[in-house]
Amino acid sequence: MEERLGEVIEATTGEFVAQCYELYRLPPLGSLVKTRDEAVELYGIVYQAATSSLEPGRRPIARGEDETSEEAIYQSNPQLLKLLKSEFNALIVGHRLGDKIYQHLPPRPAHIHSFVYACSDDEIRSFSQSFAFLILLLNTHRPVPPEEITGAALREMGRVQEDRHAFLVAAGKELAVLLSDNFSQLKVILGRLKA
Amino acid sequence: MTQGNSQRLGIVVAGSLNKGVDIRLDGAVSIEDVVVGRYVTIQGQKRRFFGMITDVSLGVSDPKLAQTPPDVTDAFIAEVLAGTSTYGTVHVLPMLTIGSDAASLVEGPQPVKSIPGHYAPVSVASAQDIERVFGKEDPRRFWIGNPLEMETRLCLDLAEFVKRSNGIFGKSGTGKTFFTRILLIGMLQKSKAANLIFDMHNEYGWAGTWEEGKSVKGLKQLFPSKVAVFTLDEENSRQRGVSTDFVVRIGYDEIEPEDVALLRQTLNLTEPAIEAVYQIRRRLGADWLHILADIGEEAASELVAELNIHESTFQNLQRGLATIRRLPFVVPHAPTNAVKGILEHLDRNVNVVLEFGRYRDIAAYVLVANMLSRRIYARYQERTERAMASGAALPAPLVITIEEAHKFLNPEIAGRTIFGTIAREMRKYNVTLLVIDQRPSGIDEEVMSQLGTKVTYLLDNERDIDSVLAGVSGRSELKSVLARLAPRRQALVFGHAVPMPVAFQPREYGSAESYKEFVTSERAIQDLEKLWE
Repeated sequence: MEERLGEVIEATTGEFVAQCYELYRLPPLGSLVKTRDEAVELYGIVYQAATSSLEPGRRPIARGEDETSEEAIYQSNPQLLKLLKSEFNALIVGHRLGDKIYQHLPPRPAHIHSFVYACSDDEIRSFSQSFAFLILLLNTHRPVPPEEITGAALREMGRVQEDRHAFLVAAGKELAVLLSDNFSQLKVILGRLKA
Repeated sequence: MTQGNSQRLGIVVAGSLNKGVDIRLDGAVSIEDVVVGRYVTIQGQKRRFFGMITDVSLGVSDPKLAQTPPDVTDAFIAEVLAGTSTYGTVHVLPMLTIGSDAASLVEGPQPVKSIPGHYAPVSVASAQDIERVFGKEDPRRFWIGNPLEMETRLCLDLAEFVKRSNGIFGKSGTGKTFFTRILLIGMLQKSKAANLIFDMHNEYGWAGTWEEGKSVKGLKQLFPSKVAVFTLDEENSRQRGVSTDFVVRIGYDEIEPEDVALLRQTLNLTEPAIEAVYQIRRRLGADWLHILADIGEEAASELVAELNIHESTFQNLQRGLATIRRLPFVVPHAPTNAVKGILEHLDRNVNVVLEFGRYRDIAAYVLVANMLSRRIYARYQERTERAMASGAALPAPLVITIEEAHKFLNPEIAGRTIFGTIAREMRKYNVTLLVIDQRPSGIDEEVMSQLGTKVTYLLDNERDIDSVLAGVSGRSELKSVLARLAPRRQALVFGHAVPMPVAFQPREYGSAESYKEFVTSERAIQDLEKLWE
């Protein structure tokens, strides 16, 4: 069964924002998720996640002064689960049309309310056979630095590879080519791949 | 690096026809395995290019890699960077091309007139590639050695080789003599040429010595029916157990003023003394040296007065001539005619090695070599002209081997010695030279430029290197190959008889096994020839 994470609540050509069905059930940073626009399946890399108040004007307040544990706060205030929301942003890194995976932006953004799924290990493996998506990660200008996003994405993908080392070396070589004139950035990302 | 069939090295990334092309090595290729002098093939879109590696260098994609080196103790980082951000480049000089259509396959390799395009794949030349360029061992081609770090047999077209004068150069002790022996055997087997070898150090005819003190067999021992040993020093030859065929003596009447002129520096003669020799020869005739030897004081002063020669010049000349007369093989009347003896042997296609025995001083060598060669050359010239006039077959080619060639061919006397003439007139009269020398810079430029094929061992004097490589295309690249040859048993051959320059390791000479190989190949050829008869 595919693991459904939430649904799209904001979509542009380059990314989409999804809200989780369950508070705190966020996909990890760098993980590969997918959604759909009719026949086209859109792949995204999670680059940012946030949990906040449902209403922008109402900030949560501290409630645990008299409680013994953090869980106890939620137990005594069950309404909290309905007043808070978890959201994540995914950078679109490719799409699939039929059997073919393209590692460039899809023709149209996702529909609002499209379901968002976590990708299976098989899907991750078939997506990560090419590294053309790396340039999309490297060229982002987001609050989270591209080195972090790239490092996290490759670590996540490496987790499911048969030969993790060979995968990371191949990815590293691709990065070395893309960053041939920027060794400092390359060094930072390579440092993040080892972990 | 093992000799794979076509081991990929990398791709072409830049270049020019004049300067050669730059190859970026693949990450998997270790730069330490890529050596200068190695052959590579480049597969262009329409044709294959053959070239030689002439330089190896390191590159980085970002200068920061050199300024703040990464932590290479980390295997992961090192592995990622190898071949991407840090890479090796080799410089290749393309030399030949082979087109892919049938017509160009028949034509064989052609000199390059263009270069392969960007990103053309480059691989180490395979044995088949080498064979396609240099040919297989056959009745014309002789196995001379292997290209550096390859097992393939490198063959030299000796029939083509003997058509021009050739040179073997290299520092002392690099292996010139060994290679000369190999070449002489090759010529003896695969070309119709007869050889006349002026063997200053008694190394070619009979057993010669190695630097390590071991002795190696000479030509006469391996091919007794095809080699005759002439000696100037019978006693020495007998002591060394050489079976000689002819004892050479030189009569006074065989020495000409030209011979004396050649020895001007060696005999410490002045210019006026040389002029005097010519005058005296004209005045006294063929027996001039004999007459001068016994000339009385009165007759001498008469002669000096008559020819207007200064007294001190005459004294200077007499002292020099006395040195010549003191050479033990110079006698008033020679009992045998050495020139005739040599020619008789050469005509029967028997190679002649003239040993100098103990008379290793340069005066003896220059005198004898020049005198004999001049007269033999004159005979060849006469025969060739006669043959051309009557339409008869030309005489078989003659190759004269001389050592210490700069003594005969230095700019001062190259114009006067017969060797200068032979080198310049090339094959007009079917006589060519095989010049062996350790100081090529001492040889006249004009003569050097006329040498067809040059084989050079390690040279470390800048002037020598320049003089050997003068006029060769891709000079500066070859220079780096030449300067990096091993001190022994590695050489570079280029010129007329090879389609492209190649650094190689000469085949072995000196072990029982190697003798067997030389001699059996000789038999094999004879057997083959019999089949055709």
